Amino acid sequence: MYIIDSTELHNLMEELIKRGYLLIGPTVRSGAIVLESIRTVDDLPRGFGDEQEPSHYSLKRRDDAMLFGFVVGPVSWKKFLYPPRLTMFKATRAGKSFTIAPEGTDKNRKLAFIGVRPCEVSGILMQDQVFTGGKYVDRAYKAARDNAFIVAVNCTVTGGNCFCASMGTGPGATRGFDIALTEVLGGGKHYFVASAGTPRGEEVLGAVTQREATEPESRSALDAVARAAESLTKRMDIRELPQLLKDNFENPRWDDVAKRCLACTNCTMVCPTCFCSTVEDATDLTGMHAERSRRWDSCFTLDFTKVAGGNIRPSIRARYRQWLTHKLSNWMDQFGTLGCVGCGRCITWCPSGIDITAEVDAIRGNSVHA
Amino acid sequence: MKHETIQPPAAPGEGLRLHTVTVKKVIWETDDTFTLQIDLGEMGETFSFLPGQFNMLYVFGLGEAAISISSDASQGGMLAHTIHRVGTVTTGLAQMKRGDVIGLRGPFGTAWPITAARGKDVCIVAGGIGLAPLRPVMYAMLRERTAFERIILLYGARSPLDLLYRVELEEWAKEHNVEVLVTVDRGDSSWKGYIGVVTSLFSYLKLDARATVGYVCGPETMMKYTIDEMERRGLAEDQIYLSMERNMKCAVGFCGHCQYGPEFICKDGPVFTLPRIRHLLDKKEL
Amino acid sequence: MQTENLTEILRQHPFLAGLSDVHMEVLIGCASNVRYAEGAPLIQEGEIANTFYLIRTGRVALETDVNARGKIRIQTVGPGDVLGWSWLISPFRWHFNALAVAEVRAVALDGECLRKKCEKDHDFGYEMLSRFSHVMERRLEATRMQLLDLYTTSPGAHV
Repeated sequence: MYIIDSTELHNLMEELIKRGYLLIGPTVRSGAIVLESIRTVDDLPRGFGDEQEPSHYSLKRRDDAMLFGFVVGPVSWKKFLYPPRLTMFKATRAGKSFTIAPEGTDKNRKLAFIGVRPCEVSGILMQDQVFTGGKYVDRAYKAARDNAFIVAVNCTVTGGNCFCASMGTGPGATRGFDIALTEVLGGGKHYFVASAGTPRGEEVLGAVTQREATEPESRSALDAVARAAESLTKRMDIRELPQLLKDNFENPRWDDVAKRCLACTNCTMVCPTCFCSTVEDATDLTGMHAERSRRWDSCFTLDFTKVAGGNIRPSIRARYRQWLTHKLSNWMDQFGTLGCVGCGRCITWCPSGIDITAEVDAIRGNSVHA
Repeated sequence: MKHETIQPPAAPGEGLRLHTVTVKKVIWETDDTFTLQIDLGEMGETFSFLPGQFNMLYVFGLGEAAISISSDASQGGMLAHTIHRVGTVTTGLAQMKRGDVIGLRGPFGTAWPITAARGKDVCIVAGGIGLAPLRPVMYAMLRERTAFERIILLYGARSPLDLLYRVELEEWAKEHNVEVLVTVDRGDSSWKGYIGVVTSLFSYLKLDARATVGYVCGPETMMKYTIDEMERRGLAEDQIYLSMERNMKCAVGFCGHCQYGPEFICKDGPVFTLPRIRHLLDKKEL
Repeated sequence: MQTENLTEILRQHPFLAGLSDVHMEVLIGCASNVRYAEGAPLIQEGEIANTFYLIRTGRVALETDVNARGKIRIQTVGPGDVLGWSWLISPFRWHFNALAVAEVRAVALDGECLRKKCEKDHDFGYEMLSRFSHVMERRLEATRMQLLDLYTTSPGAHV
């Protein structure tokens, strides 16, 4: 463990810029904390916190100068590794035939993520499984991912909708980062306890600080994270969750949530693990040039399961059920873990305030065994 | 579990690259179904597939459609797809003529486990265009006819005009010792064959249940009735295989559209053993 | 035809599987062997329904005339099947035509004869009715499937 004083944090950022990284980090914009390219510590949301409840988000001013005194905003890091829109190829007519030019991946583009929450680190690891862990590998994702430097910031404050601890993804990160920081502010001091998780993380950290953390300093950091864990108000009961959902395909709770769900797709957009996409093919006016692009899609859309002559999931009831069951049951069969990191975004950004933890409790409450 | 469906290997990154291929011939099978014969050109040297697999066919500027391969897997260089014209892309494919170029990537998916059927009776049940993905199986079995005992084909279509591959059906029956029973939902006064649902054909067969393997492909409802009938006649569930269908966009397990419960039909299917998915079959709006 | 032969033939037909010897004796009195050449009619729509057939070989098509569409064939029955139950249900008239599309050998059972025997022996009557209910139920199930017109939304093309 090492110490980076809050006045020295800019050294970390500059070291990464020197190494050719474009920094992405949290910043205040339009009443929220979003993720954008940043350059200096001044871009960070110093002194800001966020209030989150079902269907509610607001920024608030803290009474201190914490740099990372908030949790997560509507944007997740998924946007940078798995862009909402990506051109896949361009094609040009050539007589009866046509040529296809696949879009190259920019192997030189390196992103450094500053301030990745432990739940978000887990989210990235889950998408790694989806896009690079199977038979086929998404090259664009892999290229972006290999070049992404992750500076995680452990949570010492928690949000009203957070439930990372019950999902085993926070409030402290244990793996998946290059560098992890814990912000300590108090007793006239403001510093970060830092540790490296990879060789390249070690290298960067070594270039920024040589000062080892004292025992009290390390303990302050661990205590802060432990206090955060205790302050969580929500939890997901994950006991035998995959089987519970398999057994409750016709649970009456689905009818109940269907009355509230608008199928607006907000939850899938803000979720760091949701990965569904669609492809769009278009030509220009001359008809000589065609382009195929991939864009984010959502299982909540009516067209998602269109087949010849019909639609497999016409009702919102079926679509909500699909989303929940995929995330908390099928994901286990497909990828070996649950697909939810407990970040609470879906609860915050749902206009109806549907709470995924409450839905699971309700289904468990009137569960029928198959 | 015995009798796993066959999962052919894929090179990493393959499956995402689109190749251009040329249309060699267009055969209209019915008024809304046609077969495209495709010359693979250069791709033919490395392309091979197993019966049951599908390709993604691309029409310039319109998009892709997932279409089962319906040709003989031993014929390198030449490929055929039987396509039902039902949407934008398939209508685009329907307008192709000899010499036109389309995009192709594949093959994808799991295959019919022909090895599991060696030495046994094979009962193939096809409904409508479901016969198309089963035709390659028939070709493969007929190439080694003596490796299989009885080969039975039960085929149902809407009407006599909707029957596919009529000449081949006769050839299989007459020259290759295949028991072919064809039925339609309704016929006119010139139709002397069976009329009724395809499952009714079972009553005209005496199956040796323990030695029979079943391959089923067609509308989901038809497949469910067929499975019931097969099990009523004593086939064990692990002897029955079916081919499922869902909306497909990427064919490589990334886009999420083809999920059927936890199964990705593009890579865990489309051919499944019955035990693997039977708990999903009765779930409405799954 | 000798009665013993007919009994053997009847015993082989799935419709009568498990029928007691006593009831077989009752039935046989109403039974006769019949044969129809290809194209020959067995049943005419509208006429008095007085027979049911246990098909042994061949194929019978059920046909009806639909105005402006001509003759439509909606079902075939083959070996092991049963044809006709209108003899059971008043007003005892046929609702369709039936003709042999391949040479048919069958056992014809006289409807009136059977109805009288059912009246006289209710055990026998119950036996007949429960067997017919089973046939009708399966036929209804099959017809419903035909009604679904499943093949118009065929698999194989996804866009």
